[in-house]
Amino acid sequence: MIFWHAIAAATLLAAAPALLAGEIPPDARRSGYSFMGPDTRAMQDDDTSNPGMLFVLDGEALWAKKTGSSDKACADCHGDARSSMKGVAARYPAFDKVLARPVTLDQRINLCRANHQQAPALPYESGDLLALSAFVAHQSRGVAITAGDDPELKPFVAQGRDLFMQREGQLNLACTNCHDDNFDKRLAGAPITQGQPTGYPLYRLEWQTLGSIERRLRSCMTGVRAQAYDYGAPELVALELYLMSRARGLPMETPAVRP
Amino acid sequence: MAALINVPAKAKRGDVIEIRTLTSHIMETGFRHTADGALVPRDIITSFTCRYNGTEVFRADLFPAIAANPYLSFFTVAKESGKLEFEWIGDNGYSSTASASITVE
Repeated sequence: MIFWHAIAAATLLAAAPALLAGEIPPDARRSGYSFMGPDTRAMQDDDTSNPGMLFVLDGEALWAKKTGSSDKACADCHGDARSSMKGVAARYPAFDKVLARPVTLDQRINLCRANHQQAPALPYESGDLLALSAFVAHQSRGVAITAGDDPELKPFVAQGRDLFMQREGQLNLACTNCHDDNFDKRLAGAPITQGQPTGYPLYRLEWQTLGSIERRLRSCMTGVRAQAYDYGAPELVALELYLMSRARGLPMETPAVRP
Repeated sequence: MAALINVPAKAKRGDVIEIRTLTSHIMETGFRHTADGALVPRDIITSFTCRYNGTEVFRADLFPAIAANPYLSFFTVAKESGKLEFEWIGDNGYSSTASASITVE
């Protein structure tokens, strides 16, 4: 009997580290900023050398510009973004009661354009959409992320978590295999981060432009030789939502700079 | 086009001051092809100038290997209060200007 108990205990002990490795404890969560070199950090920290700020400036101009057949600007309803948009991006993706599903900040901007401005939707990754979402998200810089707290989002956070844990592609890798289990190590010389979405839309030096989290997720999927979901796909929204809820409490950095 | 300029607001006469500029531009090299094989035409900034109260204090020629949204940092001597004017000129008749003022004591 004692022998079998010992085997059972040994099995449990052996299984425990594997379970613990699965998720990062709240106090060990780190922004991608902490994985960067001093030069890239300096670039992000100085608003006159951060190229993402060029898009924020463009977004500020678009915020005040009247558009669509109702001839309204964002500012006509929302007023000064500095107060009305503070903390908003830290809560997105948020649950939309009419659509009964979470919507991203980009989708919210386009819903506003369709419903209130009677303007055509801006295409994903277009300069104007990135500029507007960078300007809105910039107002939340320093605000702690709380996205996913809404109880109605629970099934969507769970869907995102399942996708994060699910192996895919010819390399048969799940997000968790790198970003939970192997962060702080290197992949082809580049540091593997925890994948905390604190600074989107962000300026990626590799892209030479600003890009959304969906672009980043799609390039990771291509990297593991999987078929990437389309922009705006419910799966990408669920993944973004899970990532934001996983980064709960980390401060927003938009526009971040990443290598 | 949007530009970000960093010039010290105040300086002592004779001080060496650093000027940093960042402007938005795609800097398309002219060497890349689209998915269907067509060459993407070159579209870059070719020249940058900085004038201090009308006198040229810095000029740079830019080439296809320079990154998008070029960032330039350079030094000059603070001589008198006034205006620094910046101008970027590029392909397809591109032209963009910005300015900043400085107080010299």
